Amino acid sequence: MRILRRTLIVGLCAAALSTIGCKKKVSESAAAAESANATEIVIGHFASMTGSTAHFGQDTDRGVRMAFDEANAKGGVLGKKLRLVTLDDRGDAAETVNAVNRLIDVEKVSALLGEVASSLSLAGGRVAQHRKIPMISPTSTNPKVTEVGDYIFRVCFIDPFQGKVMATFAHENLKLTKVAILRDVKNDYSIGLADAFKASFTELGGTIVAEQAYSQNDTDFSAQVTAIRGTAAQAIFVPGYYSEVGSIARTADRLGLKIPLLGGDGWDSPDLFKIGGDAINGSYFSDHFAPDVATDKAKQFVANFTAKYGQAPTGLGALGYEAAEVLADAIGRAGKTDPGAIRDAIASTKDFEGVAGKITMDAHRNPLKSAVVLKIEGGKAKFETSIAP
Amino acid sequence: MTQFLQQIINGLSLGSIYALIALGYTMVYGILKLINFAHGEVFMVGAYTGYYTAGALGISAFEARHQSFPLYLALLVLIASMAAAALLGVLIELFAYRPVRNAPRLTPLITAIGMSLFLQNAGMLVFSPNPQRYPAILSEVRFEVMGVIVTNIKLTIFVVALGLMLGLHLFVQKTWTGRAMRALSFNIDAAKLMGIDTNRVIRSTFAVGSALAAAGGILFGLDQITINPLMGVLTGLKAFVAAVLGGIGSIPGAVVGGLLIGLAEQLTAGYLSPEYRDAITFVILILILLLKPEGLLGVVRVEKV
Repeated sequence: MRILRRTLIVGLCAAALSTIGCKKKVSESAAAAESANATEIVIGHFASMTGSTAHFGQDTDRGVRMAFDEANAKGGVLGKKLRLVTLDDRGDAAETVNAVNRLIDVEKVSALLGEVASSLSLAGGRVAQHRKIPMISPTSTNPKVTEVGDYIFRVCFIDPFQGKVMATFAHENLKLTKVAILRDVKNDYSIGLADAFKASFTELGGTIVAEQAYSQNDTDFSAQVTAIRGTAAQAIFVPGYYSEVGSIARTADRLGLKIPLLGGDGWDSPDLFKIGGDAINGSYFSDHFAPDVATDKAKQFVANFTAKYGQAPTGLGALGYEAAEVLADAIGRAGKTDPGAIRDAIASTKDFEGVAGKITMDAHRNPLKSAVVLKIEGGKAKFETSIAP
Repeated sequence: MTQFLQQIINGLSLGSIYALIALGYTMVYGILKLINFAHGEVFMVGAYTGYYTAGALGISAFEARHQSFPLYLALLVLIASMAAAALLGVLIELFAYRPVRNAPRLTPLITAIGMSLFLQNAGMLVFSPNPQRYPAILSEVRFEVMGVIVTNIKLTIFVVALGLMLGLHLFVQKTWTGRAMRALSFNIDAAKLMGIDTNRVIRSTFAVGSALAAAGGILFGLDQITINPLMGVLTGLKAFVAAVLGGIGSIPGAVVGGLLIGLAEQLTAGYLSPEYRDAITFVILILILLLKPEGLLGVVRVEKV
């Protein structure tokens, strides 16, 4: 007991010391932010720069940064420079709330960009809505994200559509009738997308022969794959994130299950090919953007991105760029950096020519966009077909 | 039936890895009555040492040419990582446990948890927090027996784990150090009076236990495809439950416990729901503590007053 008490006292002292330290920092940077406000517009980006979805955050941030650099090179917006502050949320919901609070309180941002993962956009979005700071999620596809409130937008399609795309593709193009589902039960995105796929696929006349589940950060999938192997499944729909999908593909290959995997935009990372290796070849996923087939604007973007970062953009990089462009455009039209005015300008975005399609915000703050299906061959994702809403 | 056998095979290979880690918990507990919570992190560091050693030995070139990694290099990777982990185990004992060895039992427990957290975060800093694909130290060969898929990796896991456990058994039963370990676990003060250098014996206990965990780490990487700096947290906890299930302090108990936990987990995931795969381990822990706290193969020690 005595030891426990001593530990508690030490802990409390440490906590007290650290808050004192923080406070000082807060007031310093707040003062800096105020003095800088006349010459720059601060935009916050919260993203998973580390963790099991680190590629999501890193790629999106590259796209966002590039859009702002380009805007600044052309003289900025409203005569001010755009300054991007990116905070790492480590792919964790609690950390996301901290990051968003810090962006609003300490950095005094005018608007927010983020997240890729729907669970994290929901967490961050609740804070943004409460504090009335407009937020654009580049690639969160779960419908609930923009339902948080009128300050939350996105520049991508939503899961009921994405699920329908993959179900249609599986049924019409691949002529499949029996599919198994393996979803991540700790992930709003994965659950929603699996439900949407299931509804569309059964409506088209197909059968879901098995439904299995895993949890994010699991490493062993042999039980689930073995169970699916015992069914007549012709493909497995795995609407998860790339780290686990890569492992699942290898596990299926190891257990001799030679059927394609189908998935969504959560697959979009070079690490999918690194982890999945040869086992992921012959699988398909839906995405926002196909770098190999694109409009002139998109081609220009791919060339610039590759020149700048030495690597072709993923769909997430493209959408990060697009979200940043939509935001910069809205600030320009708003004519001021007041968060409320920016919100209204984003809401009235109409026929904006983005790299991955035209953007018009509907009444629910979602754009209507078509999706592409990519096929994985030789460790690369190649354009297979495009499906319009 | 094929599906059931497949789940059993998967469960046994996972269970062998738990057993290897559980041995380290049980050996340390047997002697010091200390739960070495940093053991899961030793397992993690072992896996990463294997990852980097294989990289330094040029495994990516073999992978690019679709050639298998030579067996002697694979053994070298195993030995290097076991040696590095043994050193880490000894250092942990020296810095985190020896200074508080005579303090109340809660104190070393707290330093153990601190060490564990320190190593997890150091791992994220040094190895990067992103999951890494484990290199193909063994290239995979697949056999099919009556529809059940067995890979050479699963077989190797089983054989290596069994071999190491047998080696440990011989070590503890036949060598002088092993006998000294048993003497310490029986009565540390009496052993000291008999002229046994207790520090040396405790050091070797940590070294051996950590080396086994490192072997477990490499086998885990081969089996589970990716590794990350937090891999030791849950796996370590499950191995600890395995040690308790078998009877903490008992070496055969750790092996039996490990295999049982692996099987229970795999069968739960396969037939009940994968969502309960982690829960089942802890349900077992609660049941064993309520019904047979000394574990399956543990012995009841009468507390002398």
